[in-house]
Amino acid sequence: MKAVVLVFPGSNCDRDTEHVLSRVAGCETRLLWHKEAELGEADLVVVPGGFSYGDYLRTGAIARFSPVMQAVERFAAEGGRVLGICNGFQILCEAGLLPGTLMTNRDLRFLCKDVHLRVEHAESPFTGACREGEVLRMPVAHHGGSFFARPETLTALEENRQVLLRYCDGQGRVTDEANPNGSLNNIAGIRNAAGNVMGLMPHPERNAESALGNAQGLKLFESLLQAAGEALPV
Amino acid sequence: MIRARIRVTLKSGILDPQGQTVSHAMENMGFRAAESCRMGKYIELDYPGDSDPQALEAEVRRVCERLLVNPNTESYELSLERLQDTAR
Repeated sequence: MKAVVLVFPGSNCDRDTEHVLSRVAGCETRLLWHKEAELGEADLVVVPGGFSYGDYLRTGAIARFSPVMQAVERFAAEGGRVLGICNGFQILCEAGLLPGTLMTNRDLRFLCKDVHLRVEHAESPFTGACREGEVLRMPVAHHGGSFFARPETLTALEENRQVLLRYCDGQGRVTDEANPNGSLNNIAGIRNAAGNVMGLMPHPERNAESALGNAQGLKLFESLLQAAGEALPV
Repeated sequence: MIRARIRVTLKSGILDPQGQTVSHAMENMGFRAAESCRMGKYIELDYPGDSDPQALEAEVRRVCERLLVNPNTESYELSLERLQDTAR
């Protein structure tokens, strides 16, 4: 699998993501500066976490107009797989590639901790290596991660099985106490209607190796490899 | 010069934790609690005085709708005013 990781001014998870994709998942991976107008050969585009453009105006609002994003929009329209992590999720929402908006956390705090996530659907290219209902532990680090969508959008997201990950407790119960940021319906990660674009607030690239606590984040990258007919290197 | 003033506010019904916190602070300080406290953004854009006001307004509305405002969660008000160049 050939992967491209975008780099905006203020991205700060680009190198971690590149490391996991190339050294752990064994993908041919390139970092790509946001001024580039072409993606080149790619099976997966990752929009990484960080604070693109200092989060000025709204998170992701300015990055979405970077030249590379037009190429990402074309890539996604042709069915290419796109994964947005944290700030990448915010950018994909601003770009209209995913529905909804990420708003300031309910308690106004910057959250940096591990959360539990319930895998809602395992039939997607992003979660295929998981079991449905499986509980994953993953870190979050954000100030604007409260998922909001208008009622009709939220209903459509649920009906079309577009919610892939929900904040839950250690037993997989989706409760208000387990909701770290006030996201509607405890939403932590969604896909688009076509199923080829996913965004999530947690950072799977930060726990993709057992040396870093647990390697549960690797399951997302493993899923993408499986969807591309490949497997993790032994 | 022509100054465009843009006020961006959260749509009604959307949770505004910042506004709630400011409102609580007012109460803790002994001020009367406001019925509601909503926070927003204020943006000023200055253009040359010889700009055509109608075309300018249309252009600034496009800027609002494409960049300055997220129509999913925010609404805006726009006003244009002609100012003396020395006024600030």
